[in-house]
Amino acid sequence: MALSDKELKEISYLARINVKEESFSSLKKELEQILTLFEELNEADTSSVDAMSHPLDLSQPTRKDEVTEENKRDELLKNAPSVKSGLFIVPKVIDGEA
Amino acid sequence: MDLHKLSLKEQLEGLKKSEFTSVELTSHYLKRISKHDEKFNSFITVTEENALMQAKAADERYKKDKSLPLDGVPIAHKDIFCTKGVRTTCGSKMLSNFEAPYSSTVYTKLDEQGMVMLGKTNMDEFAMGSSNETSYFGPVSNPWDTEYVPGGSSGGSASCVSAELAPIATATDTGGSIRQPASLCGLTGIKPTYGRVSRYGMIAFASSLDQGGVVARSAEDAALILEGMSGHDPKDSTSLKLPSPDLTKNLKDSIQGMKIGLPKEFFEQDMPSYVEQSIQEAIETYKSLGAEIVEVSLKNINLSLPIYYIIAPAECSANLSRYDGVRYGYRCEDPKDIEDLYMRTREEGFGAEVKRRILIGTYALSAGFYDAYYLKAQKCRQLVANDFTNAFESVDVILSPTTPGTAFKAGEKSDDPTEMYLQDIFTIPANLAGLPGISIPCGEHDGLPLGMQLVGNSLQEDKLLQFAHSYQSNTDWHKKMPNI
Repeated sequence: MALSDKELKEISYLARINVKEESFSSLKKELEQILTLFEELNEADTSSVDAMSHPLDLSQPTRKDEVTEENKRDELLKNAPSVKSGLFIVPKVIDGEA
Repeated sequence: MDLHKLSLKEQLEGLKKSEFTSVELTSHYLKRISKHDEKFNSFITVTEENALMQAKAADERYKKDKSLPLDGVPIAHKDIFCTKGVRTTCGSKMLSNFEAPYSSTVYTKLDEQGMVMLGKTNMDEFAMGSSNETSYFGPVSNPWDTEYVPGGSSGGSASCVSAELAPIATATDTGGSIRQPASLCGLTGIKPTYGRVSRYGMIAFASSLDQGGVVARSAEDAALILEGMSGHDPKDSTSLKLPSPDLTKNLKDSIQGMKIGLPKEFFEQDMPSYVEQSIQEAIETYKSLGAEIVEVSLKNINLSLPIYYIIAPAECSANLSRYDGVRYGYRCEDPKDIEDLYMRTREEGFGAEVKRRILIGTYALSAGFYDAYYLKAQKCRQLVANDFTNAFESVDVILSPTTPGTAFKAGEKSDDPTEMYLQDIFTIPANLAGLPGISIPCGEHDGLPLGMQLVGNSLQEDKLLQFAHSYQSNTDWHKKMPNI
């Protein structure tokens, strides 16, 4: 199954994964190979079945709306690559003057 | 005394009778790891200090006559299970320095029953792979022959148990990641019914397929620990509301008169003659034990691989979107803006196979394709599940090879992802239907072990283990260990 250059660029942006120019065409080929597998499903007659949601057909359980998590701010921040004043630091998101 | 030659059950009995201490047993394994693991690379992290501390505490409890059910027996945990205070990498650069702020339910349950953690085992990155060659921490080799792969994704768990560097190890299975390495390393590996073992704190790959289990040296050992890991967990919304099953009660019962189904679609496939022969011999053994052999049909089984390669990547693309370089994990150097931070963090932090699957999944879920791929795959998945439901009306278990052959050489399949995917052709259907499956050693070829798979109906882990134990009580394949 063919994947266009444009499609690969689009999905790599949607997935937020940069693809280097030099690996672009080999990656495209690999993905096309995998997508070819998908075509085997076209033959299957699925008109009489519903999509599976849970193998044992269970409904989603609910629980009481109670706070069960304790505040672990400091502990959680310990794994962050960049932190300042108890906040996650990222490059500037909004440009321009206020 | 070669403590590693004792089964896990014997080790537990030895501890209870004070024949040796947990510190002795644990030190014995730690020594073996430090002496041999260089050859196999089966551990990412060895938690020596922590292990000895846990062992000491177990010995204290024995002294005070206050021992816990699995007290003082060592275990290795796949590095996909979060362990507070010990880093959890999932085999990825993305999490190479990640220390979870909480522990997985699997770890907690076994810890509370006194088990001693030896360390965290190597694995394919984010559990995506069938050869343990995609780990950021380097490939794992097969103790039977280090030029060969141990299988994956639980390759480190299988390798360390096979090399007798741990008596048992936890593992996870999304499309065969417990059963395939168990087959390739000559071990007993069981994946329970979906929902039996809590997924809380088990790093997610494809949530509707992922399930925790164990690799062990026998069905008896596997039963003991799987029982300890199972049970309802309110922290996992897909966890079954059932108590932990009693897996040892029926273990020794006869299988006289029980029925084994052979799916004709599996046996119509081309397979090497040594595989056919080993499976045939296993069938003969089962017949001699009084089991009846029945042909069954799983007519949609050939759809399993394409279904899996839509559903698993789709779910993985959603699950792995959390690795954005902001809250935890790897972050690229000097991002020029937020987009650049995301794009390069994920380019550099993930390995090739993980990126392929995220991209495939993103494509399958993208606007205009959802119905054609994901929805279609979920419908086909129901067809496969229905086939099993029908088959289990007339049989107790379904038998097949676990893998299309014995282990392959490192590098042999890494250039062609779809060739690698064929490794899981026999194992994927059980994940799609959420059914329990076990692989047990049943032969060898050119000095490498080979396994057969038994798949059971929902919640019938006990029956699978009973069939496995009955076979192992009458054969020696599971007792063969590699010379390391």
